[in-house]
Formats: sequence, structure tokens, C-alpha cells
Amino acid sequence: MSPVVSGAPKIEFRDVSHSFALGGGEFAALDRVSLDIADGEFVTVVGPSGCGKSTLMNVAAGLLEPDAGQVLVDGESVHGPSPQRGVIFQQYALFPWMSVRKNVEFGLKIAGVGAAERRRRAERFIDMVGLTDFADALPKTLSGGMKQRCAIARAYAVDPTILLMDEPFGALDALTRVQLQDRLLDTWSRERRTVLFITHDVDEAVYLANRVIVMAARPGRVHRVIDVDLPYPRTEEIRLSPEFAELRREVWHSVYHQPTPMERTSS
Amino acid sequence: MATVRKDAAAPAVQEAAVTGKGPAPSGKARSRTRRSTLPLTIGSGLLGLLLWVVLANIGIQGFPGPLEVAERAVTSIGDGTLLGDALASLRRVLTGFVLGVALAVPVGFLMGWYPVIRGLIEPWLQFFRMVPPLAIIPLAIVLMGIDETPKIFVIFLASFLSSVVSTFQGVVSVDSTLINAARVLGAKDRTVFTGVVVPASTPFILVGMRIGLGASWATVVAAELIAAQEGLGYRMQQSQLYYDLPTIFVQLIVIGLIGLIMDRALLLAERRLTNWQERR
Repeated sequence: MSPVVSGAPKIEFRDVSHSFALGGGEFAALDRVSLDIADGEFVTVVGPSGCGKSTLMNVAAGLLEPDAGQVLVDGESVHGPSPQRGVIFQQYALFPWMSVRKNVEFGLKIAGVGAAERRRRAERFIDMVGLTDFADALPKTLSGGMKQRCAIARAYAVDPTILLMDEPFGALDALTRVQLQDRLLDTWSRERRTVLFITHDVDEAVYLANRVIVMAARPGRVHRVIDVDLPYPRTEEIRLSPEFAELRREVWHSVYHQPTPMERTSS
Repeated sequence: MATVRKDAAAPAVQEAAVTGKGPAPSGKARSRTRRSTLPLTIGSGLLGLLLWVVLANIGIQGFPGPLEVAERAVTSIGDGTLLGDALASLRRVLTGFVLGVALAVPVGFLMGWYPVIRGLIEPWLQFFRMVPPLAIIPLAIVLMGIDETPKIFVIFLASFLSSVVSTFQGVVSVDSTLINAARVLGAKDRTVFTGVVVPASTPFILVGMRIGLGASWATVVAAELIAAQEGLGYRMQQSQLYYDLPTIFVQLIVIGLIGLIMDRALLLAERRLTNWQERR
């Protein structure tokens, strides 16, 4: 299975700049960021705090209008969110008053899908993330990993062509995180989507991606792009292989040994 | 900056997940503490009763003992005055309270949703919150006469003011991630409002209603002291004229009990309706 599908890019960032007001000054979260992501590609973004990773995702999601530049999806400029671009948040963002099933059905209900069809589709995706036994449970009774699986099912249910994931496993313990990474790759190989995955975990970035984007801070920009030429499915052997270690070292180096503006955060 | 804030939130999220996982042990702990406070509650009641008996016997002029008050309570129940007075007070409270909440909820939502409306209404709200509803009574009586209207109006005002502020607080404190989550699933403003903002602010509204009901109950009794032909406050006012302390005691106890029952009922409703909340 070839990871990168040829043709026009699915997502194009074109000279995207965005600043936030910060203590009377300006904070350049993104400075003329340009980036192409191919259809079906799994791209991870790593970088130090303040490099604009989350801003990049919010712009792609349409939750944030950039100061300059634009994001194109299938050649069309992004203005505002769309169910075509599913988003997974670090804080899960499940509706706490709804059961797992109601959460997954939420997007379908908005799309006007009838009750029977809604239930059938929700059941399929709840099954996909292994939450069938918890379909009627409230989020408060679920563990962090289960909540995030529910959020993934909810995003998949509306059939997006793009998944934007903002440090989705950042709040989970190391073991759960690895399990969810494998689950995510498994899902992705069967239900192929274009994925833009933000993380601060170098292992995670290398393990999941076709391509790792390393960002630098002040101003937030693309520092390096590293291709990950490891085959899918990714397995434990791959995780422990010398090739993986080499890539990991390379990404680690470009994240933690960036040019001067980063010196101050070395503590 | 956004990343930094998120990192700080992470332990809290995990903690919530951990506490959410173990409702059984925490529930057990809670029932254990409840069991251990029950004897204290009973003991406290008995001590109070004893103190009352002592106070009555050392001879404060006209101070009735528990027995005397109980007898009076039986008489008032027997001749129907107690029930009539309680119903009159309750009718006023509930009418004013329902009207107040019915207006407060939409106004609170509008204020939370549209900054312009908030800017226009909030100064008046903050001002009138500082005026005790009872201070409006003289004006209300002059403008509306001495029948039910001024009393209900004052209760309406009391419940409206406390409910509107909490509804508005509820709307502005809805987690923006939840709103974003709805928007990326295709929700437009209307759905975001009905599907996310309304349920997410229910806990705030219910707390506001509880405070509002407490304020209404306090207000009705005071309003009846000033001007009424029936009601618990009116009966106390009459008893004061005739130096009838047992009746005053009966009224006071009934006022406290009814207030307590209403508060517990709303608390129960709140627990039921917002059962989905993670409680820490």
C-alpha cells in the first residue's frame, strides 16, 4: 500500500501568518507557513511550546481565521469549520450530558440523518473503537483513553475526508497512548483519511507518520520536514528497529537543538 | 501560549478521569460520613429542645415552652388557619418565582449570547441587585395597590435577579472546546445554542433557581409582615399585636420547615438533572 497518493494536495497552507496580542506586544504564532499535505497522507507536527502547532490546526479546522495567507482544502479556501474536516481535541470535548452513542450520533443528527440510519452508523463506529459495551454510558464513567476513543468515533461518524488531531493522546498515560496509537493506525489503514496530527511526543510523531513536520518557535515556522520511510503496518519490531531509532534521533535533534531563539527555554 | 495552557490542564483532566473511575469507594465513604453525622444531628436537636425548655422555665416573660407551642400548632391545624396561611404564602411565592425564572432564563441566555444585550442590561441588573427587594415594597404598594400584585411583584423581582445572573454566568462559562466540537461537527449557531449552551448551563441555572427560591421565601414573609390579609407573615404580625408568642413560634417553625423542604426538593431535582456532571 503506497502511503502517499499522487495528484493535487489535499491540504495546502499558503504563507499562513497569525499573531496573538500578548502582554502589550505581538506573538507571532505562525509566520508565513507553507505546507502541502497529500490525499491519504498521515502527517505529524512536532515542535517546542509556542511554535504554533495548535494555531496551525485551528486554522486548518476553520476555527481561526489567519491574519494573512490561506488554507486550501481540495483547492478551495477554508472559511469556518466544516464536517468534512473532523477535529479531535486533547481534552476529548465529549458532551458530558450525552451517552457515548448520543455523542457519536450528534454530527449525524445535524446532517439530518434519520434515527434508524443514525443508530446503525453510530453503532458501526462505536464498534470500530471497541466501545460497544459502553454505548449507553455517560462520559464521566469512562477512562481518558475510552473518552478519546469515543471522540474518534464521533469524528469518524460524519465521514470526514480529513482528520485534524490536536495532541489527542497528550493527557493519557504512556501505555494507553501506545495502545491508542496502534488502534489509530489500524483504523486509518482501513478507513483511510488525510490526517494532520499535532503532538509534542517525538516517538509518537515518528511512529505514526508518513512525514514529520518539525516546527520552530518565535516566530512559529516550519523548521524541517522529515520523511519516514518505514512500512505500514507499524509494529513493535519497527518501533524497536535501528531505522526507527535513527529517524527518532533525527527528529529529536531538530526539535531540541533548534537555532538561537530556543536557547532560552533550555531549562 | 495555547500549548502551555493545555499542558497545565492535563493533570486536572487525568485526575477527573481517575476519580470518575471509582464512584463505588467514594460513595461508600460518603454514606459512612452521613451515618456518623446522624447521631450528631439528633443529639443537636435534643440539646436545642432542652435549651428551649430551660429558657421557658427560668421565666422570660411570656416565653412559651415546646408543649405550649405544640398545642397551639395542633389548634391552628385543627381550625385550618395554619394550612390557609401556608397556602397563601406558598401561592404568592410560587407565582412570583415561576414568573421570575420564566423571564430570567431567556434574558440570561440573551445576555450571555449577545454582548450588546449584555452591555445594555447589565448595569441595571447590577444596580437593582443592590436594592433589597423589600425596599421596593413601599413603592410597589403606592403604584399597584394593596392586593396581591405588589407582593407577587416583589417576589418576582427577587427570584428574577438571582436567576438571571446565574443563567448569564452559565452561558459565558460554557467550555469553548465544547462549542468548537459542535461547530466542527457541522453545528450552526442555533444548534450550538440549543444543543450545547443550554444543557451546559443547566447546572448554573438550577443553582440560581435555588438561591432565587430562598430569596423569594424570605421576601414573601417580610412582605406579608408589611401588608397582607392572610399568610404566615400576616399571622405573625397579628400575633405580635395580641402578644401571642406561641403562634409566632408555630409560624417561625413552619416557615423554616417549608423553606427547608423546598430547598431539598430543588437540590434533588438538580442532582437528577445534572447527574452527568463529574463531581469532585
